[in-house]
Amino acid sequence: MNIILKHPILEVPERDKIGFCFENDELFAFRGMMISSALFLNGIQIFGHHPKDKSPQGIFCANGQCAQCMVIVDGIPKKACMTELREGMIIHRCNGLPELPSKDNLRTIGDPSVISVDVLVIGGGPAGLSASIVMAEKDIEILIIDDKDRLGGKLILQTHKFFGSQEDVFAGKRGFEIADILSEKVGFNDNISVWLNTSALAIFSDGLIGILKNNTEYVLVKANHILVATGAREKMLIFPGDTLPGVYGAGAFQTLVNRDLIKPANKIFIVGGGNVGLIAGYHALQAGIEVIGLIEALPNCGGYKVHEDKLRRLGVPIYTNHTILSANGKNHVESITITELDENWKPKKYKEKTYECDTILIAVGLNPVNEFYQKLKQFNLNGWIAGDAMEIAEASSAIYTGKIEGYKILRAMGLQIQKNIDEMIEKAEIMKKRPPQPNITENKLKEEGIYPFFHCNQKIPCNPCTTVCPQAQIVTKDDIITELPYFKYEKECIGCGQCVAVCPGLAITLIDFRKDQKNPIVTFPYEMATRTLEPGENIFVRGQEQILGEFSIINVKVLKKYPHTQLVSIKLPTSIAQNAVSITKHKDVHPKPLEIYSKSKLPDDAIVCRCERVTAGEIRRWIKKGVTDINELKALTRASLGACGGKTCGPLIEKLYLDEGFKEEEITKGTIRPLFMEVPLKFFADSDKKTSKK
Amino acid sequence: MLTKTHDVIIIGAGSVGVPTALFCSKLGLKTLVLEALPSVAQGDNKHAIGGIRATHSQRAKIWTSLRSIEIFSSWKEKFGDEIDWEQGGYIFLASREREKKVLQNTVIEQKNYGLNIDYVNSDKIGSLVPGINKDYIIGGTYSPEDGHASPLLALNAFYRKAIEYGTEFKFREEVGKITNNKNDLISIQTSKGKYQAQYVVNATGARAREIGNMFDLDIPVFPESHEAGITEPVKSFFSTMVVDITPKEDKIFGDSKSYYFYQTKEGQIIFCITPDPPIHGIDKSETSKFLPQISKRLINLLPRLSNIKVRRTWRGLYPMTPDGNPIIGKTAIKGFINAVGLCGQGFMLGPGLGEIIAKLLYNENKLTSREKAILEDFSLNRDFTQEEKLK
Repeated sequence: MNIILKHPILEVPERDKIGFCFENDELFAFRGMMISSALFLNGIQIFGHHPKDKSPQGIFCANGQCAQCMVIVDGIPKKACMTELREGMIIHRCNGLPELPSKDNLRTIGDPSVISVDVLVIGGGPAGLSASIVMAEKDIEILIIDDKDRLGGKLILQTHKFFGSQEDVFAGKRGFEIADILSEKVGFNDNISVWLNTSALAIFSDGLIGILKNNTEYVLVKANHILVATGAREKMLIFPGDTLPGVYGAGAFQTLVNRDLIKPANKIFIVGGGNVGLIAGYHALQAGIEVIGLIEALPNCGGYKVHEDKLRRLGVPIYTNHTILSANGKNHVESITITELDENWKPKKYKEKTYECDTILIAVGLNPVNEFYQKLKQFNLNGWIAGDAMEIAEASSAIYTGKIEGYKILRAMGLQIQKNIDEMIEKAEIMKKRPPQPNITENKLKEEGIYPFFHCNQKIPCNPCTTVCPQAQIVTKDDIITELPYFKYEKECIGCGQCVAVCPGLAITLIDFRKDQKNPIVTFPYEMATRTLEPGENIFVRGQEQILGEFSIINVKVLKKYPHTQLVSIKLPTSIAQNAVSITKHKDVHPKPLEIYSKSKLPDDAIVCRCERVTAGEIRRWIKKGVTDINELKALTRASLGACGGKTCGPLIEKLYLDEGFKEEEITKGTIRPLFMEVPLKFFADSDKKTSKK
Repeated sequence: MLTKTHDVIIIGAGSVGVPTALFCSKLGLKTLVLEALPSVAQGDNKHAIGGIRATHSQRAKIWTSLRSIEIFSSWKEKFGDEIDWEQGGYIFLASREREKKVLQNTVIEQKNYGLNIDYVNSDKIGSLVPGINKDYIIGGTYSPEDGHASPLLALNAFYRKAIEYGTEFKFREEVGKITNNKNDLISIQTSKGKYQAQYVVNATGARAREIGNMFDLDIPVFPESHEAGITEPVKSFFSTMVVDITPKEDKIFGDSKSYYFYQTKEGQIIFCITPDPPIHGIDKSETSKFLPQISKRLINLLPRLSNIKVRRTWRGLYPMTPDGNPIIGKTAIKGFINAVGLCGQGFMLGPGLGEIIAKLLYNENKLTSREKAILEDFSLNRDFTQEEKLK
């Protein structure tokens, strides 16, 4: 089974094994899992075949938005990623169009419940939670709805420590730990109700919000204020093979690995060097998945240098100025073909390389999920927006903009607030800023005493190290959060190791010359092993670029406050200590390209609309004929008319226009209509369940 | 002074304007279509459900639709474009004696006009729509020669054919002013230019009245809004259009008039309801009432639809006239022709009407007596107090 039994950071809970049937095979998975994860666990990644061209279908968004994971469950077509596995389920692939069960049951028919609250918060991620906590200080009724089975949004998938300021956004803590803190605060507050597994479906012009509670009950909510904290969705790329099972977004991957604790891949290749791609690579390594490589089209990775460094230091090759040419394979990804780009962003000839891999993660950026907000504005309702839904930035920024919107809503309700919102907005701007290029300077070792050594070289808003030093000796210039940290030497370092353990970038080592003037003891943070390392064990010490040698561990310490970061001490010659930035258990694996060069098909063959399987060529043909209204294009090709409603292909189609030389203002965008996601008809007619607010 | 730029200018590139342009240019008339929206069929055509039937209760509509059906059904064979035409027939359901009587009476009339239609029992309906709730229905009419097509595909096919015949289309061009000149030409000032033609055809659907007002001509067209939705595609299990004409006004089902639905060639169920009381005006923003209302009725009638997923919903405008019949033909203003007030049947009547209007403009003497009768029935000067039974 493709299961994660041990994880260096996440605790693997006891899980209840249950049996089910797939295509007449008896299989097992765990209670509480979605069907998609249960199938992945059993090595099944093809969930059906598309009615149009019989192409294999599988997981793509893992978020209920598309319909590519459709399976037939006990005779009924359902989305595998949104349907919880139950004991004894009989599941079949959905090959072609699904058939409705012929068993005709009359239902009890009735009207949906209508409930009223002061504030409805759509999305229980960092922005929605922190906004709710702020608002709940006043005596108002808040309802948070979230489509997942627990609060925290994408925070729960983040096993790495966060940057930012400790005071405002819990920097230094891991994403899932922040989710726990925020959820707990929300849970203990009587002013806040939380509905999980609950999706917003539509904003209506009569002021009601249609939601699907607990995935089964349609409820209409009347709210005086509505905060949209719906986060982001991943951008896609068009390339031949882009819809093969095994190509999916980094977010879907993180869901499978870090939420469901399954191992969906053995060898992955990552497209995109922003924070999402870099972090997904780090998460893959933690889960014991090999990262064959990461490509970035720009000359530099767009993500934080510290995230990039963490990957490089674990031996992952990062190819900048590279793009994907194709995903290759018959029914599933078997390899990737990449190539170098020239200065005009054109693929260089004869530079193509094909690498073996079973999964390709697309991490080429995020788009805000803001359609609810647009509808609220269109209907003149009291709509507010925070986090990624407002502007794509780090989760720490979402926590902060959530707070700001929370205060703004209170103000709009005529309630007294103590905070200076303008000051907060100013601070939020700093957090959202794109980081400058890293400034790499050679730091010389000071060959005496004990002190922290900083491998931190990019000005990002981050300060956990400055807040944990018991001697209060770590500071940034003028106390500015984006400046680089240094050690003041006014008081002595006591060698506690807290700064090493807290640094989200794993970019601090402790240098100790006290015992040996020639061979200092260097202490590194390490969070890649599922067990505590032992003194006497050998480990590789890495510099920025390469392995510097193999050395024996002399001591391993784990601080109570940071249980998942081992502090590993190694005695090193000064010359090596000078360049040592990290340790790793494995030698670098820079895999060799395959001999075969898999010639990619014409880009015209690449699928743009995955739901209706419309190719780039088909769309280009109409663009060239002068179609500039995307609504007309929809009528002609069915692109965007599928299950996801153009959420994936919408931006891709706009890009095709720009590629053909059109300007943005020459194109008419596609109309967006309710529903936000597909919902069985029966839920709108049911009278079986009647809801109350709690 | 500007001279004649075109023989015919059609305002509106929708269900009626496009086929009218197609037939005008086919006859060699120099035709221009002005449309305020960015591309073809972006008004209410794209909100249409796609039903095409000759089973009306008014002769002119029956005759026009019969011609439309000929055009739709032969289109793919003649020109090669897929317009998703399917001859699945129409069922008008009776759930009570009252509706049964109405239907049985209209069948007699319809048969007189040569339509292939019968009143059938609920078993027959059950064989056409497997799983239909036979406790709810007592029978209905079945007309196998009616059908449906995709409004999106059909209008695009007509549009491209019209261009091929020489029609010029101008989009994103709002009509600002219309004047009739002493030289018997009508000039149109738009946001982008000025044009002059012998004939101007008003094919502006819900905006018909606005255009008439430019001439102080009162055209009694009043838009009202109907709500519609479409599901995911599933394996085909019926292809007949089902119309439930029983109005509901009870606690469980709420207030609504008729509703109808069918399964498209793609496999999607598409449905539409007539709200009661009617929603007047041109506001097309979605309301929370629609989904529960239609879902209850659909599931009660066809429980098999319980698990089909609703994909999208929308509202579209029915440009209504007082008697439920279109307003077609010449007016007191020389050269100004109406092709409006289609009451939600623009898609099915459009091709048939387009052909007649083209003939009227090209050479009135070539109109057949039946076509003349149609124009007479649809004249702006008729008595509007006789309401159509199956509107």
